[in-house]
Parts: sequence; C-alpha cells; structure tokens
Amino acid sequence: MRRIRLAKACVVLIVAISCAYAGARALPSHASDDRMIADGTPGHAGGRLVIALRSEPKTLNPALALDEPSRDVIRCLTADLIHINRESLKTEPALAKSWSVSRDGRQYTLQLRRGLRFSDGEPFNADDVIFSFQIYLDEKVDSSQRDLLIVGGKPITVVKVNDFAVRFELAQPYAAAERLFDSIAILPRHLLESGYRDGTFSRAWSLSMPPSQFAGLGPFRLKEYIAGQRVVLERNPYYWKADRAGNQLPYLNEIVFLFVPSEDAQVIRFQSGDTDVLSRFSADNFAVLQKQQATKGYHLDDLGAGLEYNFLFFNMNDLAAQGPPEIAKKQVWFQDLRFRQAVSAAIDRAGIVRLVYNGRATPLWDQVTPGNKLWLDEKIAHPARSLEQARQLLESAGFSWKSDGALVDPHGNSVEFSILTSSSNAQRTKIATIVQDDLSQLGMTVQVVPLEFHALVDRLTNTYNYEAAVMGLVSGDADPTSEMNVWLSSGETHLWHPRQEKPATAWESEMDRLMQQQLVTLDYAKRKNLYDRVQEIVAEDLPIICLVSPNILVGAANRVGNFRPAILVPYALWNIEQLYVQ
Amino acid sequence: MLTQRRKLAWPVVALAAFCCVVLFAGFFAPYDFATQDRDTPFAPPTAIHFVDAGGTFHIRPFVYGPGDSGQSAESSAQGSDQPYPLRWFVLGAPYKIACVFTSRAHLFGVARPARIFLMGSDGYGRDQLSRFLYGSQISLLAGLIAAILSVAIGILAGGIAGYYGGWIDELLMRGGELFLALPWLYLLFAVRAALPLHISQWQVFLLLISVMGLIGWARPARLIRGVVLSAKERNFVLAARGFGASDAYLLRRHVLPQTYAVLLTQITLLIPQYVLAEVTLTFLGLGVGEPMPSWGALLSSLQQYSVLSSYWWMFLPALLLIPLFVVFYAAADALQELHKSVPL
Repeated sequence: MRRIRLAKACVVLIVAISCAYAGARALPSHASDDRMIADGTPGHAGGRLVIALRSEPKTLNPALALDEPSRDVIRCLTADLIHINRESLKTEPALAKSWSVSRDGRQYTLQLRRGLRFSDGEPFNADDVIFSFQIYLDEKVDSSQRDLLIVGGKPITVVKVNDFAVRFELAQPYAAAERLFDSIAILPRHLLESGYRDGTFSRAWSLSMPPSQFAGLGPFRLKEYIAGQRVVLERNPYYWKADRAGNQLPYLNEIVFLFVPSEDAQVIRFQSGDTDVLSRFSADNFAVLQKQQATKGYHLDDLGAGLEYNFLFFNMNDLAAQGPPEIAKKQVWFQDLRFRQAVSAAIDRAGIVRLVYNGRATPLWDQVTPGNKLWLDEKIAHPARSLEQARQLLESAGFSWKSDGALVDPHGNSVEFSILTSSSNAQRTKIATIVQDDLSQLGMTVQVVPLEFHALVDRLTNTYNYEAAVMGLVSGDADPTSEMNVWLSSGETHLWHPRQEKPATAWESEMDRLMQQQLVTLDYAKRKNLYDRVQEIVAEDLPIICLVSPNILVGAANRVGNFRPAILVPYALWNIEQLYVQ
Repeated sequence: MLTQRRKLAWPVVALAAFCCVVLFAGFFAPYDFATQDRDTPFAPPTAIHFVDAGGTFHIRPFVYGPGDSGQSAESSAQGSDQPYPLRWFVLGAPYKIACVFTSRAHLFGVARPARIFLMGSDGYGRDQLSRFLYGSQISLLAGLIAAILSVAIGILAGGIAGYYGGWIDELLMRGGELFLALPWLYLLFAVRAALPLHISQWQVFLLLISVMGLIGWARPARLIRGVVLSAKERNFVLAARGFGASDAYLLRRHVLPQTYAVLLTQITLLIPQYVLAEVTLTFLGLGVGEPMPSWGALLSSLQQYSVLSSYWWMFLPALLLIPLFVVFYAAADALQELHKSVPL
C-alpha cells in the first residue's frame, strides 16, 4: 500500500500533463459551434510524424496510466477542461470555454463548449465530465489523479448545473485550483460506463482492445497497435480546434510512436532520419547531434533550465528507535547544519555543469530553477565554491584532521559515508563521482553506490537504509502547489525525512506553515513572498543541497512546422495538433 | 624440447615485463588515477613535438600548455604556444609501492599548468594512461586471485575424487556439474545486492572475485581428476603403495606432482578468463566503484553513444588488451606443448 501511495506521490511531482494549444482565444460569438482558434502559423494538412517512445505504453486508460510512455500517447488522445499553456505557464480555456469563481474562492463554475464530439462521433456534454470525475475520485479505481483532487482533506464535489455547465466545490479556497484541471482527461461515458458498473474498469482501454473501443476529445485517435513495434494514431475528424485561417486541426494525418528502448538508440534513429522529434536526451548526445545538424536536415534547441532540480541529501530520518545503528551514528554529522554547509561549500557546481552537462545546465542553490520565472527568488545568494570556508565550518563543528588528511569527528570516528544514485541515470552517477572527489579534498571518504531505481526508492522511502543520495525531482507544473509533497514535513516526497507526524525542526515547521498558507492565499504577490521564504529556508538550512538543473534539450526534423518546444512536459509535443510537415 | 622452451620464452618475457610495469604503476604513470582536471574533460592524446612553431628543432621533446581558460572543453587541451619540455624522473603525485613505501618519483612529466595525457583524458579529465596502469593492477590481481582460488579448490576436489573414486568421486563430480550449470552473473548480482552499503568498494570487489573463483573450481577439478586417475595406476605409484606408503604421502609425493604441468597451463588459461570476467562485471557496474580504475571501468564509458562516436582515444585501453591476451594465450599454448612433450 505504501508503495502504491508513493507511486502516486511521484506522479504528482514527476509526471505531467496533457496536450493542447498555445494562446488560444474563443471564436467570435456568431460561430455555429464552440470551436477554438489556435494562434500558430497556419500549416498544411496531411503527412505523418514519427516519434520514439522509451518503452511500450502499459495502458491507454488515463485513470490508470503511471508510466511516461502511456501518458505521452494519452495526451494525444484526450483533452482536459482547463489547460496550462506550456509557453506562458498560465491557465487557459480548453473544453471549458470560460469559468467563474465564487467570492469565497470555493466554487468554480465551468461553462463547457457546445457541439463537441468524441472521436467516434458521439456528442460531448456535462454528463461525461461528471462521469470522468466520478472515476478519478473513486477509491476503488485508485487513480493517480485522486490525490490531486483532494483539497483541504476532502474530495472535490462535482455538480451538474445544466448540460453544458458544471460546478466544482472545494472544501477550502485553493490557490491553484484552475491548474488542477490540467492533465485530467475527460472520458466518454457512452463507452466506459457499462464497464465501470460491472467492475471491469481496471481492464478497460488496455492496448489489446480494438481501436473502435477507444474515443477521446484529443486531436488524434487510435488506429492500430502492434505489440513490440508501434502505436499508430490517426487524425480525429471531430477535433474542436481550428487555425486562424479556419482550417480544422490537427494538420497531421498520422502519428507513429515507435518503441525504441534506450536513449542512445533513440538518438541514432533521430540522427538517421527515422524519427522526426526527439526530447529527453543528454547534453553529450546533444553535442554529437550538433556536429551533423547542418547536413542531416534537423535542428536542435536548448531551451535553458527546465523544472528539474538535482540535489544531494542526507538521511535525517529518526533512526534512534529502529534502523541501522551505524547510520544512526553518522546522523549526528548529517543533522549538524555546519556539516551540511561545509559540504555545500565544497561542491564544485560549475564543474558539474561543465563535466556532466557540457555546460548545458544551471548551477542551483535552491529548488526553483531559473526556468521557473514566475516563482524564482532572485535574492538567493550564489556563494562560490570555497574549500577554505568548508574547512572552517567543519573545524567550528569540532571536526579535525589526522596527519594523513582524513577528517575525523569530535569522537575520533573518521568521516566515511556512501552516496546512492540511480544506476539508470548516468548523469546523476557522474554528479556523485564529482561530489566524491570534492569531498575527498575535505578528507571525507565517500563511496558512490549506483543502485537500480526501485531498490533506491525503497531504501529512501521505506527502509531508510542509506546515508546520502543524489536525486532529482521534476515538478509537473511551475506552481508551488505541485511541490506540496516535497516541502510539507508530512509529505511522501519530503525525502530527507518523509511522513513526519510533527515537524522535527523549527525550520521544517516554518516551511509547513508557509506551504499551507500559500495554498489558500489567492493573491500571487503574497504567495510569491511566502514561497520566496521557503526557498530561503532551503538555501539556508540545506535540507537538500541543490546542485544543478539540466537544460531542456529537444530536436526536430527541419520539415516539422510550428515546432515550439517548452520547458514543461511534454516538452516538444505540447502543441501536437498544430505541428505540420512541409 | 629446446625449441619448445624457446617458444615459451617470448610470451613469458613479455608477460614479466608487463607485470613489472604494472607493479610499479605509480612510477610509470605520470598522474594519480583519481586526480580530476576539470578543465580538460575528454582531452585527446597530447601531441609531443620536436619542432616548435618557429621551425626550430629541439632535442628535448615538448608539449604545448593549456590555452586561455574559458575555452570550451574540447579545444582547451592544447591551446597556447607556450612550450613545456618533457622531463624525465620528476617528482609528482605521491603513491605507494607494494602498499608500503611512499614515493613521489615518476618516470616522466611536464611542468604545470601543462599536462601530458599520452592516452587522452576521460570525462572527468583524468589521465587515461595512469588509469590504465593502475587499473591493470586491479584487473590482473582479480584474475590471479580468482584463478588461484579455483585451481586450489580444483586440486583438492579433483585429487580426492580421482584418487579415491567410488561414491566420493560421484559426489564431487556431480556437485561440480551443479556449479558449472550455475548462472554466475545472476549469483553475483544477488551477492552484490545483499551486501551492506558502507563496506568499501575494495571489499566488495575482493568478495566478488572470491565468489567467482570459488564457483569456478569445477573445470580444473575435472582435469586434475583425469590426470590423477591415470597417475595412480602407474607402476611406481603401485610399487610405493606396495611398500606401505600412506594415501596422503602417495598423493603428495607421487600423484599430484604429475598434475603440475596441467595446473600451470590451467592457471595461465584461467587468469585471462577471470580478467575478462572482471571486465564484464565492472562494465555492468558490479566491480570496483569510482574512482578506482580497472579495465572494465575504463571500457564502461564506451557504453555511451556520445563517447563511442566522438572520442576515439577511449578505445585505446581496449586495443591494448588485445596483444596482452594474445601473450597470455601464447604462454598457455606453449606451456601445454611443453607439457605434452615432457615424458611423464
């Protein structure tokens, strides 16, 4: 059970959202239906796009999908009510053409677009919305979206106002309420209700079902699935967006998702022209691709810092009662702020940026990256690396050095610990190796232990059998509410000491208060002040030692038009209905 | 007889020379294996010049120093025109000889800020040549320990099985077959996963090597059993037995000495085999951890497409291994020939 919850928590944080359009505005009122106009350059209809997925999607059921490949495909098949624009990072209308908020901030009334049809031609109305939320909120379905829809400890209630209006009622005011709707795909009641009543919903929309059983409100619909090879999507003729020239979107006739298991293989397929769009690849591969950029007919974009932050943290769980005694002994060091400050001062962040990311990354001193312009606290200091300062800090904390340079604590124990990383993430292992070398200059003996990802997560969140780890988190959204799980002391992803009953330190209790407060404050400037303080706490009290944020790197064949990658998932494909081929 | 001995000579000399270099890796390596030069990741092998930009010939070879800092990593390795002569017998990073004596003498080097990377540098700016030499210590040691372990157990099990025969023989040989059928890679994964985290990489490595050696005893045991089977029927053995020699005496004095030639061949064959096993293990992330070098660790960066396609000098350790294995197998071959021609 704990594992499942953790999976959910990860999803809230790490995973993302569904696909849509940029800076759209509503059609003039004389239009016969409620089609939306997208603001991209009008393109040509037809053609197809080939994209590689890291693995086969496990399911196409939006309520059950947890893995990134499944979500990548589902984003193309479905639509949400209110959407986060990936360029402006602000909300905008989607299936809901407008909405109003009650004065107390607890009731949202959404007006739905009229005359829309699912990809099988059946009409869409408020019953589909009610049905969808019924599924997402059903404990038996156990969807990953359920956690998002619990506000103030109570599930959101959904009320049908009329066929094209629904009201959402929240237990308390919620600053980011509009952003909740992003990623929540509206399901067709006419196809899924009988299965839901029979209790067979958990098997609905698995990939083995015939394409006629699927329908959504997204720009594409399922055409075929060949196990082990590909998923093919075709244009949804009933899609509800048009371009400025009045042409029905999407432009593409087909999208082919190939299953290409490793990043290197994906890079090679892209390089040879087998696939048209590439995202989520390393700076090393960026450099390789760059060399042939001019001759091979593709172009690459470095979008700058994304929302991922990589950090080092120490085990600060309460291990006195249980847990390995040899780790509990070392926690005396880890819990000493001066020790953490010394470690932070000794780490060569610029070296990490240069060696691990070829310069395509940004050094970090707190969790908000420069890519998140709405929430970045510019006042956070960026102290340069200083071994001298690190030694002074250690000295003031009672540490000393033996004649051979090894660091010993006040009780004469030499300072040795291990840093865990995920063996599937070459960059993080490399970061840990650089940190190991930096800390060896302070006389610390550090082992780097790469572990398989699930074994690593198990140690970090279940057994607490670790000393330190290098990890990374990707916010699903730029808004701090997506980070609640990380900064609340009771949170599942409060990695250094998760699921506390009451905050263990004064600064954790301050952080709890700030995070709770920003959640119910509706004014952006006030919220910004609150979250700035959270960033200051992270930078000063160093629960995690933030290191680096990699840049978002994407590539596309030159023939792909309207290619406007963004720093939010799904980096390159968020405006897939507007992509066209020349 | 004589030709065979001569045939044996060159691989043995080559091996001895290589082992000598490896033993004194600290002296032959210009740098420490763990020293990172973060300004020069993936620097190509340093070019050694005799003629400077002005066309003047220098008797003492020299290298060019680093360019302006702030250049991109790939081009900064040899940027400036400032020549730094190659010096012999210089003082540099301290190292230990045979884990006891500390020395700072190195065979060659250049004055800082210039650096000499004869085999290029890796992604952390560490000298590949130094890492290769230090790594050879670990890889060869791994091969040696594992080979000796499995041969030692092989002698014991094979000797007893061959000499006593009967149910003991059955038990040992069928047990050996069980070991042969073991998927050792998965076994090692399991062993690695079960180990606590705070033990050092060295201990992990020695443990894994020992496990490898321990489970590899079946093949040498079979061979030895065969030799023992025929040896114990020889007339002089039977005669000694007739005079009342004990089993232990017979095994020690008459039977096992006849297996020595086979053993020697086995060890020379097993060492490269276990060295390769070490390479495989480290390649898969089971061997020594960073920053310790080993041949597997040196090759493991080639798993990445970007390294494979951009930095040819990362292949150099792999290329060096080829002649080395040829020498090993040549020695094993020659030993086998020698053993065949020696009248038992």
